[in-house]
Amino acid sequence: MTVTKTEALPVRSGDDVVRVRQRVRALAVEIGLGLVDQTKIITAASELARNTLDYGGGGDVRMETVLAGTRKGLRLTFEDQGPGIADIEQAMTDHYTSGGGLGLGLGGAKRLSNEFHIESTPGSGTRVTIARWK
Amino acid sequence: MDRIPILKLGGALIVSIQVDMHDRLALALEEDLTAMIARTGARGVLIEISALEIVDSFIGRMLVSIAAVSRVLDAETVVAGMRPAVAITLVELGLELTGIKTALNVERGMALIQVRLSEEDDGHGSDRDRHED
Repeated sequence: MTVTKTEALPVRSGDDVVRVRQRVRALAVEIGLGLVDQTKIITAASELARNTLDYGGGGDVRMETVLAGTRKGLRLTFEDQGPGIADIEQAMTDHYTSGGGLGLGLGGAKRLSNEFHIESTPGSGTRVTIARWK
Repeated sequence: MDRIPILKLGGALIVSIQVDMHDRLALALEEDLTAMIARTGARGVLIEISALEIVDSFIGRMLVSIAAVSRVLDAETVVAGMRPAVAITLVELGLELTGIKTALNVERGMALIQVRLSEEDDGHGSDRDRHED
């Protein structure tokens, strides 16, 4: 798999979440994702950006267009240096929330993506990677 | 600060969301709508979202919250014009718009609210009947 383009944005305010959505939309269009797939990856990005902001205390997102053979994809990596998640399995459960949210963020983002990977170390932060393929 | 305009039409309030919702705008809309329902005694709230490219759990929570507060103030909320791709994504996300009626477009949304308004006209009679029982 080769990375054809890399961009990064900060996720430190509500306005940043809006900017991340707009950039993800542009990249999704660029690799030729259909309307429903675009909507899914933008929504997943919105959920994860909000998690980064609300639970991770802010962080960054890396956005990459990737190529595997002839397949194009969009890969997003959200990273924060926040408190981390002690029990990932519990955090992935729908309607579980440690904050004021609906608790759909992680599980929802996973359902809306073709690939989902989460790493978290309590005390040092969380990294979530998702990908959507054309 | 930006604000989303709220229009009053008969017993209904109408809002059309045409911009990418950020947090402050969502909170302002909820406050403005609540104040406007209380002030006008509106019985229906129509929220038109055909311009929204996504509804994530944050916007979903705002809609559910507006509907819940409206219901306490005796007004019904109808969300109209959701894009098909947004609807598909919402279902996969697992978001349930609890307590919200949905309509394909503004016309059907207003029809739902009109039913409520006309029931209200008849409703006073049946309320009285029940008290006499």
